[in-house]
Amino acid sequence: MGADENHQSQDLKSLPLEDMHKAANARFGGFAGWSMPITYPLGVMKEHLHTREKAGLFDISHMQLFDLAGPDAVALLSRACPLDAGSLETGQSKYTFFLNEQAGILDDLIVTRLGGDHFMVVANAGNAAADEAHLREVAKGFDCRINALDRAFLAIQGPQAADVLRVAGIPGTELSFLHGFEPKPGWFMSRSGYTGEDGFEIGLPADAARELVATLFADERVEWVGLAARDSLRLEAGLCLHGHDITPEIDPVDAGLTWAIAKPVREKAGFIGATALLDKIAKGPRRKRVGLKPDSRQPVRSDSILVDTAGNTVGVVTSGGFGPSAGYPVAMGYVGKDFAPIGTQVFADVRGNRIALHVHPLPFTPHRYHKG
Amino acid sequence: MAATYFTEDHEWVRVENGIATVGITDHAQDQLGDLVFVQLPDVGQVLAKGDAAVVVESVKAASDVYAPVDGEVTEVNEAAASDPALVNSSATGDGWLWKMKLSDTGQLAGLLDEAGYTAIIG
Repeated sequence: MGADENHQSQDLKSLPLEDMHKAANARFGGFAGWSMPITYPLGVMKEHLHTREKAGLFDISHMQLFDLAGPDAVALLSRACPLDAGSLETGQSKYTFFLNEQAGILDDLIVTRLGGDHFMVVANAGNAAADEAHLREVAKGFDCRINALDRAFLAIQGPQAADVLRVAGIPGTELSFLHGFEPKPGWFMSRSGYTGEDGFEIGLPADAARELVATLFADERVEWVGLAARDSLRLEAGLCLHGHDITPEIDPVDAGLTWAIAKPVREKAGFIGATALLDKIAKGPRRKRVGLKPDSRQPVRSDSILVDTAGNTVGVVTSGGFGPSAGYPVAMGYVGKDFAPIGTQVFADVRGNRIALHVHPLPFTPHRYHKG
Repeated sequence: MAATYFTEDHEWVRVENGIATVGITDHAQDQLGDLVFVQLPDVGQVLAKGDAAVVVESVKAASDVYAPVDGEVTEVNEAAASDPALVNSSATGDGWLWKMKLSDTGQLAGLLDEAGYTAIIG
């Protein structure tokens, strides 16, 4: 049997709570330079379904929190991101990006306004170092302190996540979706996530995180959920994984993410990549990000080339796997705009088999956010 | 009395009356995690040792299962194809994958016994 096994490399970074995952008998693998819990003994399928039914606890300490404060924080963020940071109310979060001059997506981010000139930026692990360098470069000439935080970061996700926190006496359950605050010194908490479910993300010092984990596990509705289920959950929810579904070669127009860029922000055009982005918006997408449902039970994986009936290349799969809640294989990818309408048939060559897929609406499973 | 052999690629082979039953080991199913798709060979298909005979797909990844010896496929386990979780729950029993008629029983000598396989997986 030839399995794609994850070999641990010695240069992988360890999570601050690694010993807790080892005690929970997690299986580890490398991701974005970190040794991460991929699955626990429950297994990816049950971990996934548990999250959709109750509450899954994820260690996302590999992700990077940047604390930005200073008189020019609004101006800096409004330059670095296609965002009017000044229009955010205190406590409000917004999904946004760092773009390059070609409007390619360097990273996708959640920015939360914590106060007048104080913001928290949550960035992807794999881009953390590049993001920091980029942000510091853009920040030259701005009066804004950038602090890359060293925190543990936990996500609790699922329909019972809020009640679990309420029972545990954790403040913040009154937040509505895409809002955040600092419940105590050194803590950052937002109602957000990467599963399509209601949930929270909590950044905090490692010692406090250990206490929080112990408190949460007193509730039998809580289970550890690893990176494998995090991926299947976000894929069913139609959420992009940077490095796969969005990259520096893909812009928000092709990715179908221009909803994240408000009209006044486009008109003002003060952000990096504005010229290229406006040009792309005017011309329209060359290709579109779509959901893809294989007709058979065989999953179609990322990097599979998509062809039409005649065998012409029409696109590529950027994420693919099995959707435990959907009950069938799910995928996401890019197709030429003529192939983007729902129901269009395309084909992938998978290990010598020609697999038919149909363009399917995203998400595969409905979002259940707490809009308040 | 059936003899059971193993390969370094995590297959098991149980031989009875010149017919080999092939599956993946419990260690292999545990490493793969929850299986969601099993593609079996065709009955009558002639396999050479090392041919990719079966594709098993877990939630995350696809893996090939190789023919451990030469032979012709005589039967496939449709139950494993319709319910891939069977391979997780009973890798060395009801989750077998295919049966083949051995062309050269001498090839069995090149396979591992249980102690040899256990030593490999540590």
